[in-house]
Amino acid sequence: MADLSINLAGIRSPNPFWVASAPPANTAYQCHRAFEAGWGGLVWKTIGEPIVNVSSRYSSLDLNGQRMVGFNNIELISDRSPETNFREIAECKKRWPDRAVIASLMTDTRENWHEMMKRSLDSGADGVELNFGCPHGMCERGMGSAVGQNPDVIETIVGWVMEAAQIPVIVKLTPNVTDVTRSARAAKKAGAHAISLINTINSITQVNLDKMCPEPYVAGQSTHGGYCGPAVKPIALNMVQGCAADPLVQLPISGIGGISNWKDAAEFIALGSTGVQVCTAIMHYGFRIVEDMIDGLSDFLDSKKMKSVNDLRGKAVHTIGNWENLNLNYKRIASIDYDKCIGCNLCYIACEDGAHQAIALVSPNGHGLGPGRLPGKPVPQIKEVECVGCNLCSLVCPVDQCITMVDVSTGKKPMSWKEYQTRLAAREMKAIPAHA
Amino acid sequence: MPLQPRSNSKELAKTMGDIEPCYRPQEAKVEADRCLYCFDAPCIMACPTGIDIPGFIKKIANANLVGSARVILESNILGASCARVCPTEVLCEGACVMLDRDEKPIKIGRLQRYATDALWEKKANPFPKTPKRNGKKVALVGSGPASLGCAAELARLGYQAVVFEKDAEPGGLNRYGIAYYKMTPEVAKQEVKWVKDLGVEFRCKSEVGKNVKVEKLLKDFDALFLGVGLGKAHRLGIPGEDKKGVVEALEFIRWIHTKPLHQVPVGSRVAVIGCGNTAIDAVTQAKRLGAKEAVIVYRRGEEDMPAYEYEYELAKTDACGFLFHTAVVEVLGGKEVTGLRLAKTRTDKHGKTEIVKGSVFEEPFDMVIKATGQEKQAPAWKKFLPKLKFDDKGRIEVQKGTGQTSVPKVFAGGDAVNGGREVVNAVAEGKKAALAIHAMLSGQKVAGPIQGSRLGHQDGPRGSGFLQPVRVPELEAAYFTAMKNGAHRG
Repeated sequence: MADLSINLAGIRSPNPFWVASAPPANTAYQCHRAFEAGWGGLVWKTIGEPIVNVSSRYSSLDLNGQRMVGFNNIELISDRSPETNFREIAECKKRWPDRAVIASLMTDTRENWHEMMKRSLDSGADGVELNFGCPHGMCERGMGSAVGQNPDVIETIVGWVMEAAQIPVIVKLTPNVTDVTRSARAAKKAGAHAISLINTINSITQVNLDKMCPEPYVAGQSTHGGYCGPAVKPIALNMVQGCAADPLVQLPISGIGGISNWKDAAEFIALGSTGVQVCTAIMHYGFRIVEDMIDGLSDFLDSKKMKSVNDLRGKAVHTIGNWENLNLNYKRIASIDYDKCIGCNLCYIACEDGAHQAIALVSPNGHGLGPGRLPGKPVPQIKEVECVGCNLCSLVCPVDQCITMVDVSTGKKPMSWKEYQTRLAAREMKAIPAHA
Repeated sequence: MPLQPRSNSKELAKTMGDIEPCYRPQEAKVEADRCLYCFDAPCIMACPTGIDIPGFIKKIANANLVGSARVILESNILGASCARVCPTEVLCEGACVMLDRDEKPIKIGRLQRYATDALWEKKANPFPKTPKRNGKKVALVGSGPASLGCAAELARLGYQAVVFEKDAEPGGLNRYGIAYYKMTPEVAKQEVKWVKDLGVEFRCKSEVGKNVKVEKLLKDFDALFLGVGLGKAHRLGIPGEDKKGVVEALEFIRWIHTKPLHQVPVGSRVAVIGCGNTAIDAVTQAKRLGAKEAVIVYRRGEEDMPAYEYEYELAKTDACGFLFHTAVVEVLGGKEVTGLRLAKTRTDKHGKTEIVKGSVFEEPFDMVIKATGQEKQAPAWKKFLPKLKFDDKGRIEVQKGTGQTSVPKVFAGGDAVNGGREVVNAVAEGKKAALAIHAMLSGQKVAGPIQGSRLGHQDGPRGSGFLQPVRVPELEAAYFTAMKNGAHRG
């Protein structure tokens, strides 16, 4: 069994799975339940001056029967007093010494930040996370994403925090910026020990067409909520990789954004995260999901002969680069396994109307039996010359491994756009003719 | 009295209630979401009326129920009936690609019912725009599925369609001849209303040969469609056949549709002769109406029965009995039936059944239901329309694909032409005739429903089932032959 323990900027936990700072991390009761289920750490629901919440608070994006593909909330930070929160943190830390308990903080003045840092230390928290990301409510009061969207302000406030920091400081970044690495660099410059990302994305998930008002509905009105859940994973991965690859950042990363299972977690870790934080999947299914996360990740690492989860960290970061460096002479095309084809023809219509008209419908003769129920029914056939290898057909195909993309030799040496431009300028080659 | 009501309303509401209730919204959404939305979908090819099945299912998933029902009714005005009575396992559902993916086809029939029921409940008009009348008139004889399919299509093409029905209410077999637990008379009535809403006129208690003359129809109308169905049940040709308590299956089912359920008479021990789908309808309903025993008597074996597998399962679930390889020799009793004299049969090497000598036995029954098929209308119609040609089986001869008969201006479809098939076949034949009548009267050809893009086909598509319906058993035979000959699938 692979070693799943991590050390994120000095914060140790027996596995990389932390409960994110959110409704599941609101109380000692929930913290105990999370740790009983096996979570390696928990970032407490953000502590600050207690707020007052509204009803209702959550909304979701459902897709073809799958609930909560995306999720948003307009809930604010903890509505409990700092006294209660820090007391419960102390209690949890005492009962679960091997787990990581991190205090998430949000406040305003230098003095208040110092005060919060002291109280965190006193509570026995393993570290703090600075909430610079919350995109609703708190930002209107000059906190949350109002801080996180301005690198100069990040730098200033992290600076204040570091003056009083005796335990590791993680800065949580908002994705509601054009370039998250600028925020990450500011955190680094000010001396932060780690970053966590992404916080939630500004969103309106749906409009109730009877009430002509979005959900979550509050007395005829709504507001922009923070978006998260499986649908945001691609955005989060992109930002995590961006920070991991940036030579001016080089901070440990706690990855957040749509992580629901071990595979999602492994992808975040492969793109540079040390550990991950989970919220929406817990809000959907409860703390019990961590059992499979631990199990699945461990088996995966074993199958890759990795002794520790740390061996996985960053493994895929360097396969991502600029488009101009991609090999123009690489080619793959679609290949249909007629023994698996069920005859839905989604590949055909997707390619015909949505892509490059590279699939024909032809007689099934010569393709084995073709779609089983209706012999004689036309079957899709890849026009190999026309196929640009875009992947679309393999993406729409509802049968696993029915359409696969196979490498074909172009007989040409690798050449990137950058090299192409250089060789064109040097008149070493002619321009590649435009597509008809 | 051997035949008498044998159950109370409360009990009957349970036993005769829907065998498959309408989906609840959540169930419908989950099922609709399973549909892959195939292009050039096999289910459409297997539907004789060519309903755009993935299209209507997508609309259910997208909460556009009226639109969904419209898609169904545009292709098949009896879509609500067909949702209940189609043998979907050998039609659309039998062709579903899901069978090849994870074995469970989309429940197309139930989704179709969900959409059409929703339209009905919302009291929405599926065809708010009716085309201008073109001044031409078509008469239709009979108001069963074939005529309704034809009349609806004609009305939508601008014709004045007038339906002549001998019964008190329109609907034909759909109104009076479907097992109650599959479909209540209200469904048939609602469908007739949709046809009426299109501007079709119904003249009930109008019977050709009695108060309607064919010559007059031919004179007053630009074309004539015969959707006259089949006649009375075949005679068994055995002694005692006319005793009290011997009933035709369709007559028995008609009672169920015309009387309050608790007043429908049924025997205590019921024998149903024959083993087609109508026989199953009769035996299961006899049982559900309170018969102590209800038994199918069939000359051949289980493997030969014409009833669909699904129907057979229904009868078994209802604890109906089966006497296979058994022939009826005589109906016993005085004035009233008291039993049947039966004999065991065997099949000779030519596939003919013969009675096994010395195997005669008797069984007590107080009701005997004949379900060995119906007579053709040929004898009557030879009188009404001497030039109308029939085939050697007594079916009206028509041109394939148009329903045109040997008599100019006269078209036909449904059971009178095909000898007795599904409701959906009758509707399709009615529609094809409507398109052919339109072509004849206007010189314009209207294509039947086919799916959108056909570009890229090198071999020509099979297309919608309306043009060339696919029957799954035939396909499966081809499939298994191919498998035997070494083809394989992953």
